[in-house]
Amino acid sequence: MIYKVISKTEFTRFIDALVLNNRSFGPKQVATECGGNPVYQFQQVHSVDEVAFDYSATASSAKHFFLPFREELSRFLFHGSEWEQQISYEANPVVLIGLRACDISALNILDDVLLHGHFPSPGYLARRKNSFIIGMDHLPLPDCFCKSMNHHTVTTGFNLFCSDIGDDYYLSINSSKAFSFLREFETRDPNHDDNCMLVERRKRIQNGFQTDIDVTALPTILDIEFDSPVWEKWGDKCLNCGTCAMVCPSCYCYSLTESFSTNLNEASREKKLYSCNLVDFAVVAGGHNFRPKNGDRLKYRYYHQHRGFAENANQQICVGCNRCGRACLAGINPKDVINDLRMEKESCMTCVSSSPRKI
Amino acid sequence: MGEKMRPLGVPFEKLKIASFDFTCCEGCQLQLTNQEASLPDFLDLLDVRNFREISSERHDDYDIALIEGSISRQDEVERLLKIRKQAKILVAFGTCACFGGVNSLKNRHPVEELIDEVYPGMAIETLPVRKISDLVTVDLSIPGCPVDKGEVERIMVSLVTGSLVTLPKYPVCIECKAQLTTCLFELGEICLGPLTRAGCNAVCTSGKTPCLGCRGPAEEINMAAFLELVKERGLSLDDLHEKLAFYNAFEPFQSHET
Repeated sequence: MIYKVISKTEFTRFIDALVLNNRSFGPKQVATECGGNPVYQFQQVHSVDEVAFDYSATASSAKHFFLPFREELSRFLFHGSEWEQQISYEANPVVLIGLRACDISALNILDDVLLHGHFPSPGYLARRKNSFIIGMDHLPLPDCFCKSMNHHTVTTGFNLFCSDIGDDYYLSINSSKAFSFLREFETRDPNHDDNCMLVERRKRIQNGFQTDIDVTALPTILDIEFDSPVWEKWGDKCLNCGTCAMVCPSCYCYSLTESFSTNLNEASREKKLYSCNLVDFAVVAGGHNFRPKNGDRLKYRYYHQHRGFAENANQQICVGCNRCGRACLAGINPKDVINDLRMEKESCMTCVSSSPRKI
Repeated sequence: MGEKMRPLGVPFEKLKIASFDFTCCEGCQLQLTNQEASLPDFLDLLDVRNFREISSERHDDYDIALIEGSISRQDEVERLLKIRKQAKILVAFGTCACFGGVNSLKNRHPVEELIDEVYPGMAIETLPVRKISDLVTVDLSIPGCPVDKGEVERIMVSLVTGSLVTLPKYPVCIECKAQLTTCLFELGEICLGPLTRAGCNAVCTSGKTPCLGCRGPAEEINMAAFLELVKERGLSLDDLHEKLAFYNAFEPFQSHET
């Protein structure tokens, strides 16, 4: 990693040049909630003025730039009794501006699942390789819990990461591409004061968290609490709408359909991001549903998020951004669900911890 | 007629289809002639036996009957029963046929009052509005106000190729989130998206118009939780009831209301 410092004015010039010459996306205000809060999304930007550098959090993550909500995996062309399959792994280069540390961590987790497993995903690889990611730190929002998940800082997975140190940005340069781009702009090596300011900034972030989830031994607790009534309690609230998985930066489950074109001369295999909360997620041929109840489905979402699956070496995939919690109309959020599970566990501990009576 | 294309050497037969309108605006039938780019391919799948919007030819030897509209007169009941006898596959086509649709507003008032208001002094024979499945067995439902032509094409292709005919089981929220639409509840509106079957590509909500549920309930909706969230957000229950009743699509769930 190479460290540089750039003034905010020069940084604006740098971003503007990037945006003018590349297909670029950054945080933009798209609406205002009825409570007055702005709503942000990663949207295409055409000049630096469109980028809301002071944004809080985007409602949806940056996942869809790498895992599109809908994607044609292959096309089949029929000629008489012959057929051919067309597959394209081309991805147009994109510049993504303003991703948070947790968003980048989520991409690193997706890398583990989609690139480092037995069956790497070529489509994901193409998009990951053809992206230029500029991360930006931020002071935690009241409901951010990425520190609990240890994802409030990130050291890999981006091209450039910017820490706000007042009039300047402290840049962590993680790719030769970023380094060469920046050579055209005025930067300097960090001095003692810059380093102090970076440490200060990191402390402010570190100490700014208001939401903490105790995730110690959570995978074990999830295993023990498989039949907990907590799942039914929260499941009863669940609308089965799948919003949580759509906005999540690390949910990657999908459905696959194959269909003929209307002229019957072609067919298409399409992948759609899906959610384990959707009612037919675990329906198999013949119609049996392995997870018929809301609580069952909700439980498996928490299992995947907080206990992990074999495909990513049983690592938790939740990064603590709480987008699911903010987006859930029913008020289901990781903090309350996990705390509820822990309480279930603790009350159970008190009842067994009393010493056995001597006879 | 007869054999059509042979993708991979497999012969497929055209669908002998007829389209009939009952109490409706005929907008769903009109959708059949929409999406011009694929219209020739779409019509190639069909052997149209009876469809007054595109042909004056009338034949009674159809296998598939698309029923558009709800039933609101005795002569419609008889016509429908006759079609049921002929059709191998009877399709409730569009929201009115599937749920009663906007026409069901009529059922909120006594029939005499309605006749006085709309046709004063005229002898009108009319019945309360009913959906198609209240009268005959429905083999397949294609909901929507209007139906989505892309979905109709997909279903016709499934029928031609003998593959499983499916509708999305999940609600509109999935398609809405895929377009990064701001949730209408965040804007202070009641939206039926979390209850309503997807497949419309969130066309209303992505245009900032709340979903009124024209595609009817998704599978296993959680009406109790939905009512709870509307109350918790302090939104108008009158507005909610108005929306739920708009297409009459949530009638079976409205008993949950408190």
